[in-house]
Amino acid sequence: MSAVAVWAEVSEGRFKKSTLEALTAARTWADALGLPVWAVVIGKEVPQNTSQVLAEYGADKVIRILHPELAEFIPAAYARAMAAFLAAHKVPYAVLSQTYNGRAMAPMLSVWADGALLSGIVQVPEKESAGFRARRIAYSNKAIEWVYTDHLPLIVTMRANAIIPARAPRPSVSEEDFAFTPSAEDLRARPVGVEKVATDKIPLTEAEIVVSGGRGLKGPENWGIIEELAQVLGAATACSKPVADVGWRPHHEHVGQTGIQISPNLYIAIGISGAIQHLAGVASSKNIVVINNDPEAPFFKVADYGIVADAFEVVPRLIEAIKKYKAEHTH
Amino acid sequence: MKILCCISHVPDTTTRIQFSADGTQLDRTGVTFIVNPYDDFVLARAAELKEKNPSGVHVTVLCVGKNGASSTDNVDSNLRKALALGLDEAVRIDALPVDGYFVANQIAAYAEKQGFDLLFFGKESIDYNGSQVPGMVAALLNLPYISYATSIEIAGQKAVLTREITGGKERIESPLPLVLSAQKGLAEWRIPNVRGIMQAKTKPLHVLPPVEVTPRVQTLRHELPPAKGPFKKIDPDKIEELVQELANKGLI
Ligand SMILES: Cc1cc2nc3c(=O)[nH]c(=O)nc-3n(C[C@H](O)[C@H](O)[C@H](O)COP(=O)(O)OP(=O)(O)OC[C@H]3O[C@@H](n4cnc5c(N)ncnc54)[C@H](O)[C@@H]3O)c2cc1C
Repeated sequence: MSAVAVWAEVSEGRFKKSTLEALTAARTWADALGLPVWAVVIGKEVPQNTSQVLAEYGADKVIRILHPELAEFIPAAYARAMAAFLAAHKVPYAVLSQTYNGRAMAPMLSVWADGALLSGIVQVPEKESAGFRARRIAYSNKAIEWVYTDHLPLIVTMRANAIIPARAPRPSVSEEDFAFTPSAEDLRARPVGVEKVATDKIPLTEAEIVVSGGRGLKGPENWGIIEELAQVLGAATACSKPVADVGWRPHHEHVGQTGIQISPNLYIAIGISGAIQHLAGVASSKNIVVINNDPEAPFFKVADYGIVADAFEVVPRLIEAIKKYKAEHTH
Repeated sequence: MKILCCISHVPDTTTRIQFSADGTQLDRTGVTFIVNPYDDFVLARAAELKEKNPSGVHVTVLCVGKNGASSTDNVDSNLRKALALGLDEAVRIDALPVDGYFVANQIAAYAEKQGFDLLFFGKESIDYNGSQVPGMVAALLNLPYISYATSIEIAGQKAVLTREITGGKERIESPLPLVLSAQKGLAEWRIPNVRGIMQAKTKPLHVLPPVEVTPRVQTLRHELPPAKGPFKKIDPDKIEELVQELANKGLI
């Protein structure tokens, strides 16, 4: 029997939002094709409540590929495991999310599965003549490209934040183990340690709201208002390139063409001019608020909301207004 | 040690993007093409390794592409710019880069016979951001693959790397040969000096025919992104309006 397989990525012992997005994409695609969804968990063990969580988001079957050597993510080993599973069950469709690990694994998987790869798509593939078409973002947010393939198996990666995870509970879910042992060759590039940055913070790539500061903030000592605004909104913090270059903020906060590309639901740019290279990383955000004291700042051209004002004056008042709103509306 | 740097030829971020009437192709007139910015990181790292050991390190720069009609759309001149950083030779595989699978197969077919120790790529190219080619090359050649690398140090036949992951960094050890895709941090960008530019003019640039590969993905057409919703200017003295707007959209 045929199915849509989805790689249920486990990160720090749980399924993150990106995994639920991939599941929702797989469910939507499978419904259109009249197929079940098989969620594939690869690792040393499965997280608690795996079947409940995956079934809640539309999985009909949970496939466990477990082996001690798969404790840590190694792209070659994980890609081989997934390719072996797709081949053994002749699964023609697979969905991954375009996380760091999804991006590392998908191209290897596509080669070993002898498949086609559509990467970073923003919508589930649609039937078109003998194959499928899908949309993705191209040329630094300046265009949308429609891609087509009729090659199977078809592997797709979903761009982060393109799809909203939706509950689609299944009445019952079955579980199955798939036996796989990685070869020594697949384990050559070995992780030997992890360095976490401030784990209490929301990772930029996953954040739904991002508060970002630029050179207009004048110095690292002024980031208190950015941090506080982020905190009241439950947002991640980001910055422009020159801010990271001079060390006011850590490099992992740098967004733009040469930094991280993000598309949160809300991006608040404070004291950032909106240079094209900066926009390349953020222009696909669904809502953009710009705060800048220069009415001519190019950022206003792509903004949904703009405030022409001194950041030091207006941001503290914005923080107070949000706090007030939240106090009045949470019960 | 032999290093291969694969670079892609992409429209400069600042240029206006337009398409042919049927939307299938980029209208290249007046577009300036540059070396993909992430590839600049690997060129810089290769140049550092070469500088440390000029006689023991050989660096080849490769691009799959056809020279365009205008002087600002010339793959060869971008390859020479790369060579100007002190690298040794260039290879252009004379074919349009139709899809990631096609390009990866061209690179793998070339690299297979060459015995490279390090195959360097940028983490993605800024035209389609697919991150496809490096991983596909690694799979085709069955080599270890480290994506989003922010550093690499080599000791004998082993490398120690760091890789960016969600919320942090990971240290990785791998034997050579390996395939790496670079994230910012791998090296500081370099600008070639006059001497490098002069020397690059006479360095070897081989133009090779492509191997036969059937692409698997095709572009149907391009569209311009949907027009932005209406812009709303908020009076700084009525900041509550912004809060209400965001709340109406479920963002607060
Ligand atoms: C190849 C290349 C790649 C690049 N990649 C990136 C990238 O990935 N990301 C990136 O961000 N940049 C990138 N850049 C740099 C980019 O071109 C801009 O220089 C940079 O984004 C500007 O940063 P900024 O907006 O913080 O600073 P500025 O351009 O200096 O803007 C500061 C803004 O703050 C405003 N301001 C000043 N005081 C206040 C105040 N009190 N209140 C409110 N507003 C105030 C000013 O009006 C101004 O608009 C790249 C450049 C190149 C050439």
